[in-house]
Amino acid sequence: MTRLLALLAVLLVVVLTGCGTDDKSSPSSGAASSSASDKGDGTLTIYSGRSEDLVGPLLDTFEKQSGIEVKVRYGESAELAATIAEEGENSPAEVFFSQDAGALGAVAEAGLLAQVNSGQVDRRWVGADERWVGTSGRARVVAYSTERVKKTDLPDTIFDFTQPEWKGRIALAPTNASFQAFVSAMRLSAGDKRTQAWLEGIKANDPTLLDGNSDVVKAINSGEVDVGLVNHYYVYELEAETPGLKVANHFLKSGDPGSLVNVAGVGALKTGDAGESARLVTFLLSDEAQAYFAEKTFEYPLTGLTQPPDRLPPLTDLQGPAIELGELGEALPETTRLIDEVGLGA
Amino acid sequence: MSGRRAATALALAGALVAALAALPLVYLVIRSAGADADAWETLLRFRTLELVGRTLALVGTVTAAALGIGVTLAWLVVRTDLPARRLVAVAAALPLVIPSYVVALALIAAVGPGGLLGQGNWIFGFPGAWTALTLATYPYVYLLCAAALRRADPALEEAARALGRTRAQVFRQVTLPVMRPSASAAAVLVALYTLSDFGVVSLMRFDALTRAIFTQYRTLFDRTPAALLGLLLVVLTIGVLALEARGRGRGRVVRAGAGAARPATITPLGRWRAPAAAAVGCVLAAAFAMPVATLVGWALRPSAEAPGAGDLLAWATNSVLISAAAAVVAILAALPLATLVARRPGRLSRGLERATFASNALPGIVVALSLVFFATRTVTPLYQTLPLLVFAYVVRFLPQALSGARDALGRVSPELEQAARGLGAGPARTFQRVTFPLLLPGLYAGATLVFLSTMKELPATLLLRPIGYDTLATQVWSATGTSSYAAAAPPALALIALSAPVVYALQVHLEQRTVASADI
Repeated sequence: MTRLLALLAVLLVVVLTGCGTDDKSSPSSGAASSSASDKGDGTLTIYSGRSEDLVGPLLDTFEKQSGIEVKVRYGESAELAATIAEEGENSPAEVFFSQDAGALGAVAEAGLLAQVNSGQVDRRWVGADERWVGTSGRARVVAYSTERVKKTDLPDTIFDFTQPEWKGRIALAPTNASFQAFVSAMRLSAGDKRTQAWLEGIKANDPTLLDGNSDVVKAINSGEVDVGLVNHYYVYELEAETPGLKVANHFLKSGDPGSLVNVAGVGALKTGDAGESARLVTFLLSDEAQAYFAEKTFEYPLTGLTQPPDRLPPLTDLQGPAIELGELGEALPETTRLIDEVGLGA
Repeated sequence: MSGRRAATALALAGALVAALAALPLVYLVIRSAGADADAWETLLRFRTLELVGRTLALVGTVTAAALGIGVTLAWLVVRTDLPARRLVAVAAALPLVIPSYVVALALIAAVGPGGLLGQGNWIFGFPGAWTALTLATYPYVYLLCAAALRRADPALEEAARALGRTRAQVFRQVTLPVMRPSASAAAVLVALYTLSDFGVVSLMRFDALTRAIFTQYRTLFDRTPAALLGLLLVVLTIGVLALEARGRGRGRVVRAGAGAARPATITPLGRWRAPAAAAVGCVLAAAFAMPVATLVGWALRPSAEAPGAGDLLAWATNSVLISAAAAVVAILAALPLATLVARRPGRLSRGLERATFASNALPGIVVALSLVFFATRTVTPLYQTLPLLVFAYVVRFLPQALSGARDALGRVSPELEQAARGLGAGPARTFQRVTFPLLLPGLYAGATLVFLSTMKELPATLLLRPIGYDTLATQVWSATGTSSYAAAAPPALALIALSAPVVYALQVHLEQRTVASADI
């Protein structure tokens, strides 16, 4: 029994110190070393809400080109933003790379972001006072079956999808962050009353509620439904897996909440090394990185210097609703409450 | 060391553990201190009463169902001639190794929209949340109750039979009371799990308190409403614990003597044998076979992104090492507190214990953020290192270690300790020779629960791990984030495969102790 205790103690010491030694020998897993002490010593700590699959290769390229060692903590954008806010002045993070503008807006609001050089990026996708800058964009679209729907029959505003002719033909992913951002945009541009009426109209049309945007596109392809409310790139992603996909994107008219263009973006923490952070921002807005987004993730480049993926209308044609992207986060609790209340959430 | 000094040291150690474990509570109080009219208004807008009602309804029904399934299974396996009972004994505990969100995903895959066994949206909301959480939590009840039954002296039931009680009366008047303290402790674990769960309620779109807290955190412009909702969750926890104190009852079930170490009388099920077997089969299929089959189905999908064996091995090593460390530290931390509660019951010890339970009912993200808050302000060099991560796990899962330790201590007859003292042994020697050996099975059970929970833990791991310290759980998350279920399946299956032997070992251990206890 005493031996068992001793064994446990030894195991504990081995685990804790053994892993601690690991930290020193492999620079990529350093933790304590990423605290305030090493700002500006050739390493850059990034909190990334974008997944490793998506941006890992791009950050590797940056590391090679700049000679700056990159350490990335991957997580959910909103949770990382909350973490940065709690860390405050002691944050080891130097750059925040977010999946959406809402989380960046929140960190900016907390006064934790320094100014960045937004270069050629349109003001629509830059935070107030240049506290953050969009790096790639995604448009809301109506995906439709090219077999069962004629393009000319599709309305040019999202509000018309409450018409009875669409009953039983729509799919959407109500718990998805991108759907919620779109409903927030509708509330901010058209008001709560009209948004509630729209949600109720959609609900009355008996929509198929799915978990994710790719499921929506799959349901259209399989014939389960005819149209779906998604982001533009899901059709292209699925096309890569399923040749001969019978689904296409329909873009709504300018100013319509259904034509919202949301962005992933980047902000530099005040606590970080300004020079190194700026180099990463510049790199993410470079032609090389912008082309990466267009080719690998089928997103919109935002600098106007790189061509969008084939078949996408130019970004200048997509004038979404007149709202500040940074405000979408703040609108969220009320939005989810509204979605739930109408009965689309549960 | 004199008795009085030992008692003081014990109280101090217990208080220290409780204080550290209550850090998330302190954080919530700090965060809600700035609550202004706006924050309270937000709370009202959230239809808070409705949220509380829904949450309580879920907690109540999940706990009741888990108790029903767990107690029945324990009795069937230990006291009846159920077919294949040795196999069932192990299989019934196995769902413990499956993360509850995987159970939910499997349910949706089976009977959700476009499902294999049926269609429709009926699964979303309460039915799905209730089913998934019940299937994920009943093993807590089963494990603790089966252990209690095995430990119980069969003579109790035999005497009741001999005195003319019917089988049903024996079950109600003897068997159930024997399981009652364990069932009650397990019910708390189930209730706290349900209170703190976020994965299932969000997948099933059930509007519980945790979902409201997460939505609040996602906006971040003001963390006060989230903190207020968190405190509300703590209030509910206190309610659950008060109920448990009643449920536990005043009775004490100790084995004064070793009794006869022999198997208990087996109740023949007769014509109920086949239906019972079928029912057990259904529960096991839904709770274990279905999730595993879903994962295997995903793993078989063609994908270029499936991880290599080397990566899997590295993640698995990280998972096992950190979980083992958390289990050991949690048990060491639970010991003084459990001793205090069991040996010096009173307001103070009860308060200390409840403080630690509160953290367990909070969603992982709240515990993680509270530690972010304190660590960056006090122990900066430790921030985002492994020791702090282990500490976070201990704070989250201490009640699991505690329930094991307390359950065990409750069964150590104080008279035995007093006898040892009377024979001239000091407190240390008494503990080493008498108390500790009797405690060991409970401690082992508690450590196992912490180990399994840590293997599955995600929110605190993501925020507090050293950069690059990937575990199986973080890789499952990473793959599902890009909807790449094919890439998520291998680490999820590895997680299950590594945890299953631990559950098996626990079962075997508990069974052996039943026989060995006769030697003490």
